[in-house]
Amino acid sequence: MPAPLGLLAALVLLAVGAPLIFVVVQAVDAGWAPARALLHRPLAMELIWHTVALTAAVTATTAVLGFGAAYLVECTDLPCRRVFAVALVLPLAVPEFVQGVSWVSLTTSVRGYWGAVLVMTCSLYPLVYLPVAASLRRADPVLTEVAQSLGRGRWSALWRVVIPMTRPALGGGALLVCLYLLGEYGAFAALQYQTFATAIYTEFKVAYDTASASVLTLLLCAMAIVVVAGEARVSGRQPTTRAGTDGRVARPVRLGWGRAPAFASLVALLAVALGVPLAALVYWFARGNSSTLPQASVWSEAQLTLTYALTAGVIATAIAVPLALYSWRRRTRVAVAVERGAYLTRALPGIAVGLSIVYAAIHYAQPVYETSAMLVVGYVVLFFPLALTGVRAALAMVPPGVEEVARSLGVRPWRVLVRITLPLILPGLGVAAALVTLSASTELTATLLLRPIGTDTLATQFWTYTTGLAYGAAAPYAAVMIGVSVIPVLLLTRRGVTR
Amino acid sequence: MAACVSLGTVALVAACNTGYGAAGGGNGSSTDLRGQSITVYSGQHPQTTQQLVADFEKRTGVTVNLKSDDEASLAGQLLQEGSASPADVFYAENPPALTTVQEKNMLARVDSGTLAQVPASASSPVGDWVGVSARAVVFAANDSVPASSMPTSVYDLAGPEWKGKLGIAPSETDFSPIVSEIIKAKGPEAASLWLSGLRANGKVFDSNETLIAAIDKGEVQGGIVDHYYWYRLRDEVGANKIRTSLHYFAHGDPGALVDVSGAAVLATSRHQQAAQAFLAYLVSQPAQTIIATSYSYEYPLRPGVQSKADLKPLDSLSGVTAAADLGDGKPALTLLQQVGLL
Repeated sequence: MPAPLGLLAALVLLAVGAPLIFVVVQAVDAGWAPARALLHRPLAMELIWHTVALTAAVTATTAVLGFGAAYLVECTDLPCRRVFAVALVLPLAVPEFVQGVSWVSLTTSVRGYWGAVLVMTCSLYPLVYLPVAASLRRADPVLTEVAQSLGRGRWSALWRVVIPMTRPALGGGALLVCLYLLGEYGAFAALQYQTFATAIYTEFKVAYDTASASVLTLLLCAMAIVVVAGEARVSGRQPTTRAGTDGRVARPVRLGWGRAPAFASLVALLAVALGVPLAALVYWFARGNSSTLPQASVWSEAQLTLTYALTAGVIATAIAVPLALYSWRRRTRVAVAVERGAYLTRALPGIAVGLSIVYAAIHYAQPVYETSAMLVVGYVVLFFPLALTGVRAALAMVPPGVEEVARSLGVRPWRVLVRITLPLILPGLGVAAALVTLSASTELTATLLLRPIGTDTLATQFWTYTTGLAYGAAAPYAAVMIGVSVIPVLLLTRRGVTR
Repeated sequence: MAACVSLGTVALVAACNTGYGAAGGGNGSSTDLRGQSITVYSGQHPQTTQQLVADFEKRTGVTVNLKSDDEASLAGQLLQEGSASPADVFYAENPPALTTVQEKNMLARVDSGTLAQVPASASSPVGDWVGVSARAVVFAANDSVPASSMPTSVYDLAGPEWKGKLGIAPSETDFSPIVSEIIKAKGPEAASLWLSGLRANGKVFDSNETLIAAIDKGEVQGGIVDHYYWYRLRDEVGANKIRTSLHYFAHGDPGALVDVSGAAVLATSRHQQAAQAFLAYLVSQPAQTIIATSYSYEYPLRPGVQSKADLKPLDSLSGVTAAADLGDGKPALTLLQQVGLL
């Protein structure tokens, strides 16, 4: 088992890391001279500072909001938990452009740093919420009960037991948020907040200079490495569950008088993160002169969007399993480095990933060039780190030793995987697939580059109208995007709210 | 009837230009292409391009696989694809995108009959892309700006009277041609000073779409955009609700710029005839009429075809800016980066 697993992990890493190879090759082509010139210009330092300041603030806010919301929904007697469990994920399905522009159309005071913090928090907190909720769902209630029987209060138990227990999920989610922010560009466009990724897009899109852009992208990767290494320290590598768990579901924590304020704060979060963009869509549709109901083709486009995104979600999750298993079983330096390396692509700007897949496909896989397969591969590469986070958080909840026990009883390794390990991590796999599916369904930059010629997804249709300032005609496409994303969320997170 | 006449024109143009219809006689030329298919990478306004493609398909029987994206992404994609590119035609939004691909020797010569349909200044100086439509650089100002303080030259915008009132979108591919013009007129130092003035005065926007919307809301008082953004905005918010108007810079000013969107045939295309026929179509009477009536609000370039919208007549503006003046835009870009706008 170890040898094939290691080989499989190496193959997966090679596949999802291919864009990095492309970036390095291009950068070597350019050499350091153009990069030095680019870095010595006045804007460069400011952009790096912007990136760092924003990343720090948003990571903190999303961690607090994401954890808090997950705790309230999964561990307490909050009313309407089933509805919240689904609705809290949906901001992921709001296209980033809509997030940005909807706020600006409400008030221009959101332009700049604090606006960017607000808007990015609203759109990224589900990246923390989803994995944390999944790990709380499988958490062993005994630990909290023991803490309380020993006289610990509720807050102390939360701080000393619950948070440490969800550390891998929390750390993984926060890592994704960090990496997203490093490579993000689209959402800041409307908010006029320029980050380092802006400089990269400028090289790609205004200077047509892939080589210089690649050098800058490498610098972004260096920042990402710092973040990834930092997260490894915070999350730790210890399993977060004890040896024997009786599979009981915990009694919900009684919120008492805190029920009303807790309920109100989640409603407020949703109003801000989901309500504002939806209100903007309604406003565009109601006021825009171009407003028409979308053509009948919108349903086939919705179906296509969902098919591509779901396929990518399933594939990304499936290939994340061997990589996560490999590092989880070993926990050696190399194994952990391998797993961490796979996160780096998340910090690459979408256009860099898109162009690298164009290059690889046209030179080495011509038959799939500009086919659906190429687009799905693009999504898998772009969003693989999301799947990895989901799988990793799920594995951390598997009690140590159960695999060994099964094997010592003479069960073959692959049967251990199928009968013991996979069933234990199944809910986590659902979350992993949901994260990828939701993000892929709104992706635009790489979709425009990689899609089969003549096909449209909801995102490309939305783009077609917004580039012509026809917001009224574009609004229904964004609404359908949010609407159809309810399907994967229900499908993939349903297991969590059945109690 | 108009359609019959124009179908004849396309066939005629195609026949004259490529010679493939020479033996056919009568209406043989277009049937020769029937059943072929070409791939078009287009950075132009998606909906108008779809209209053009549908009409071309109907007239010639050629199937067009249309890929719409940002022109810069498409240029980047073409460079990565190299000689393996499936594209037959590249239809760009601004000359620098075409120049970038041209510099890699990836473009074929355009049939001279096609080039002859539009003014020579609107096409590539070496004849490897043809101008199809034009857009004018304008100053869009909120109605709160009194007529007396309207700028007549782009140089005015760097002055103290515009401090805190100006919006700019320097990362748009439409912006650097103005800088190139200033470099040509007054040299790089003057251009650099002008950009520093703009930076001190202005709020930076990411796109012309957000800029024109901000001007209309009064968030900034004015900014440089291409004319059609204003017309599209007027369509969306309504003529009685728009609170912005357009102003043209004086003749001879670097801001009095008319920029061309052009199309080219890739040298590696395996459907040269059909690709050339598509270019011939783009400058033909029917295609230019579609451009003239579409809501992309660009100027058709074929003499005799006038835009149906209330655009300021093209011949009342300074002529089309020669593509050779703009080049690939690199010097302008370096300046933009040096002053900290990019």
